[in-house]
Amino acid sequence: MELICPAGTPAAFRQAVDAGADAVYCGFRDETNARNFPGLNFSREELREAIAYGRRNDYQTFVALNTFMRAGDEEIWYRAASDAVNLGADALILADFGLMAHVRERYPEQRLHVSVQASASNPEAINFLVEAFEAKRVVLPRTLTIADIARIKRKVSCEIEIFVFGGLCVMAEGRCSLSSYATGKSPNMNGVCSPASHVRYRKEGTLMLSELGEFTINKFGPGEAAGYPTLCKGRFDIGDASGYAFEDPISLDVMGEIEALKAAGVSALKIEGRQRGKAYVAEVVSTLREALSTEPAARGPLLARLKAMSEGQRTTAGAYEKRWR
Amino acid sequence: MRLTSLLAMPLGALPIIPVQHVARRLFQRLLEAHPDLFDRLGEYRGCRFSFTPTDLPLIFLVEPGGPTLSLKRKRAVVSADAGVEAPLVMLLALLEGRCDADALFFSRDLQVSGDMEAILALRNALDDCDIDLPRDLSQLGGPLAPLCAKFATEVRRRALKEMA
Repeated sequence: MELICPAGTPAAFRQAVDAGADAVYCGFRDETNARNFPGLNFSREELREAIAYGRRNDYQTFVALNTFMRAGDEEIWYRAASDAVNLGADALILADFGLMAHVRERYPEQRLHVSVQASASNPEAINFLVEAFEAKRVVLPRTLTIADIARIKRKVSCEIEIFVFGGLCVMAEGRCSLSSYATGKSPNMNGVCSPASHVRYRKEGTLMLSELGEFTINKFGPGEAAGYPTLCKGRFDIGDASGYAFEDPISLDVMGEIEALKAAGVSALKIEGRQRGKAYVAEVVSTLREALSTEPAARGPLLARLKAMSEGQRTTAGAYEKRWR
Repeated sequence: MRLTSLLAMPLGALPIIPVQHVARRLFQRLLEAHPDLFDRLGEYRGCRFSFTPTDLPLIFLVEPGGPTLSLKRKRAVVSADAGVEAPLVMLLALLEGRCDADALFFSRDLQVSGDMEAILALRNALDDCDIDLPRDLSQLGGPLAPLCAKFATEVRRRALKEMA
């Protein structure tokens, strides 16, 4: 199985390649990709150099153009696709059907992957994308069990890629409106979930408050491990109860299920984290690379060292094992 | 004894002007070694950033638009668009991209305040620069540069070991 690794900067790209990535995914410095954060991502020239670096080292570069085109501004996405193809991207990761159609028509030789943002989570949807746009691979949402993945794989003719480590989005990706509800901006249209422009951290006595727009979404006690300021990981008062309504601040780790994923027919394992620093990329990629070539019994201690780098300093297999409340 | 324990007392006692002079010289050298240091800041280049080592009596104020660096005592009233607080060694490790800012935030070792877009832009700008403080700053040592680099590398190794 391939190891697909994130890079938000050229420095992180080099770290991912050097640490053992089979392919690195990245995006342009604009709203065409779902990690459109300040100071992050690649200029055209940086992507050209990154692709060349990958080629020299025999690794692939995937370019994520995985937001949905805004009516009237399609040219931004068309230009990004054109540039990525001309710069030599090994695959484009797309979510918008219109952009998929455009890429297939204009660049028939270009390899196309279906982004998790497309929310293709059943054989019918996936086969439609394969037939209509010749998609070679689909990235499945983090809402399926391993048994679900195996059932899907038996009925589709493309490769399956799944997230195995990093940020845990518990929603139907590409369709989640929580960030839009609180801030007017979403990963789907603007490339930002909980945009930094709407995030504030405030001290209240010994507590740290995280605020998103007009909402206080969490209060962390002294020394309590913190998480990202997303509504899906917020702590709320609901009736007489108080707690995490959707999911705790926690990261995904399914590396304990490698054999089951392989048996299910998964082709590629994806690490989330284009917004993370190069130190994170280097540590996670090298650890997962080592874990892939380690006996199952020895993986636990190896992966345990990544907990400290995880959201809330904890990890879960999430929906893959379906142990949610 | 921890590195910052050795620094804290003299930095608290010395007049701030000569300390600031030394800090500015180091800052200038870093900019010479990395002229693209603030390129990724974009529209946030005009912001004022405060860096507060929790284990030193000083606050470092950086204005990339200048670029300028100034020092303040912690008791002074400081105004900044965005601020970062952490132990000195962690701040230096972040400057070199040796640790992940999100991980330090999750563990509560790092605190951030103010404009989060500016903070993210700065974090990403620094993370993309291959800063190596012993290598970059030891040039100030002139003919003793190799010795300075060796000494500084050893200090860094010990400091990072203590941090881990």
